Amino acid sequence: MTSPRPISIEIIGLRKAFGDHTVLDGIDLTVAAGTVFALLGPNGAGKTTTVNILSTLISADGGTARVAGHDIDRDAAAVRAAIGVTGQFSAVDGLLTGAENLRLMADLHHLSRTEGRRQSAALLERFDLEDVARKPAMTYSGGMKRKLDLAMTLMGSPTVIFLDEPTSGLDPRSRRGLWDIVRGLVADGVTIMLTTQYLDEADQLADRIAVLDSGRIVAEGTPAELKRRVPGGTISLHLNDLDELEAAVRAFPDGVRDNDALTLSLSAAGDVPAIRAVLDRLERSAVTASHLEVTSPGLDDVFLALTGPDARKVAP
Amino acid sequence: MNAISLSVTDSSTMLRRNLLRMRRYPSMTLLLIGLPILFLLLFVYVFGGTLGAGLSGVAVGADGRAEYLTYVTPAILLMAAASAAQGTAISVAMDRTEGIFARFRTMAISPSSVLTGHVLGSVIQSLLAMGALLGVSVLLGFRPDASPLGWLALFCLLTFTAFALTWLCVAFGLVSESVETASNLPMFLVILPFLSSGFVPVESMPAGLAWFAEHQPFTPIIETVRGLFTGDADVATALVAVGWCVLIALVGYLWSRKLYRRDPTH
Repeated sequence: MTSPRPISIEIIGLRKAFGDHTVLDGIDLTVAAGTVFALLGPNGAGKTTTVNILSTLISADGGTARVAGHDIDRDAAAVRAAIGVTGQFSAVDGLLTGAENLRLMADLHHLSRTEGRRQSAALLERFDLEDVARKPAMTYSGGMKRKLDLAMTLMGSPTVIFLDEPTSGLDPRSRRGLWDIVRGLVADGVTIMLTTQYLDEADQLADRIAVLDSGRIVAEGTPAELKRRVPGGTISLHLNDLDELEAAVRAFPDGVRDNDALTLSLSAAGDVPAIRAVLDRLERSAVTASHLEVTSPGLDDVFLALTGPDARKVAP
Repeated sequence: MNAISLSVTDSSTMLRRNLLRMRRYPSMTLLLIGLPILFLLLFVYVFGGTLGAGLSGVAVGADGRAEYLTYVTPAILLMAAASAAQGTAISVAMDRTEGIFARFRTMAISPSSVLTGHVLGSVIQSLLAMGALLGVSVLLGFRPDASPLGWLALFCLLTFTAFALTWLCVAFGLVSESVETASNLPMFLVILPFLSSGFVPVESMPAGLAWFAEHQPFTPIIETVRGLFTGDADVATALVAVGWCVLIALVGYLWSRKLYRRDPTH
């Protein structure tokens, strides 16, 4: 994938240890402007630490990183002026109303009174928070708090946004709402780095994904590229009746049969030669399958294959 | 925007936030104002008759309640300042645990403004509590004899004491892992006035305790406040009082700054 887009986040050899526990063990990443980059990994993989370092919250032990063109160590103030961060735990002032929280952000961004009002009103409308704008934030539901949190992050129009597990603890409807918001932001040209444990989320949103495990990047690429890197996938034969199923099982003794569904699942790559081989064998055995279903490996398979103690070694 | 005007702008924004929070959470302010008044009533009407009788200058067998009101008011003023400071530790710890500190730290704002906003808000709260207490004390019959200059000196000393205790409590709030710890840590500040010349004369205490009471920071502060009320403050004691405030404020400020800068994940 070649992209002419300018680079928004560049990380070289980032390292961090807490005591003698290494959290980041040399990370290299490049994120193009106006794209969504997902850091995917199990708990403790180093996702939040990466975001904390890039958002200038903590300092790295080694390596360099540039965010929005500024070095995170030497020019932290310029990085802060360019970014917006929504952390894992909602960073809203519970005693203040939604409108007051936004007004606080506007004041801290030194916006004029009229500009602050204009942006607040626009954000409240965009996030569908107008009805609760005058209620204290601590009375909000989890989804509403998260939306207010994100609205506060957007005040001051950041060009790079970090979202640390933005949808954890949200109900499915709120999750989808948040996905739409993220897509809208990217359409406006904002660069987004998000961390997630949810594969479907990375699959849905990210242009590129880095799979993080124990402080190392174990795989990186587009969702499609990652799925291709994991062997597996299945070809399922749907048969018309039990007799046909028996015949199919004789032809493919390794297959997994399902008598109720009248299917036989064969483990095979989903490419054309593999499908042709299956069809050829069916024809030789005179079995008529009603139809055939090819399933590529999901990101689930990628995740399980690449992370954790049982991680299989997959050729890059 | 240069660093100073950035700091002033952001600090006043943060102060506005804290004043708004106090309005939204009035029970805390009411408690900070009400509890010292309750203590004053308790000490004057329950213990005051007996304790007052033991004060020098009170005739044997006479009711010393009025004298005790004059004697104990400065101590309870200091307790009010200490409780308000304790409130700061709680609100700083709440900010830390709620994640809004992390948000502030990733924004291009004056780093000191977050804590300065807390301190200024708390000093205002403390002055309100002390003002209310003084009002009640006057209602009960307290008749201070301070000159206008004495009143000005009183205001400055009490404000500075509140400022110093608040910075110390900001550090307590930052160092605490939980809001509960933040609420317990500064408790000794509320207890310390009892072990000073605030409630009974130091001479009446056992030797070891008397030595401690004589040398702990609250005694010179309380003595100076008492002296300013009656119009005969001792300059040497006042200097010791101001010295303690400078020390406490400096330790609190530097410690807070160090804690605020460290990794928030620890």
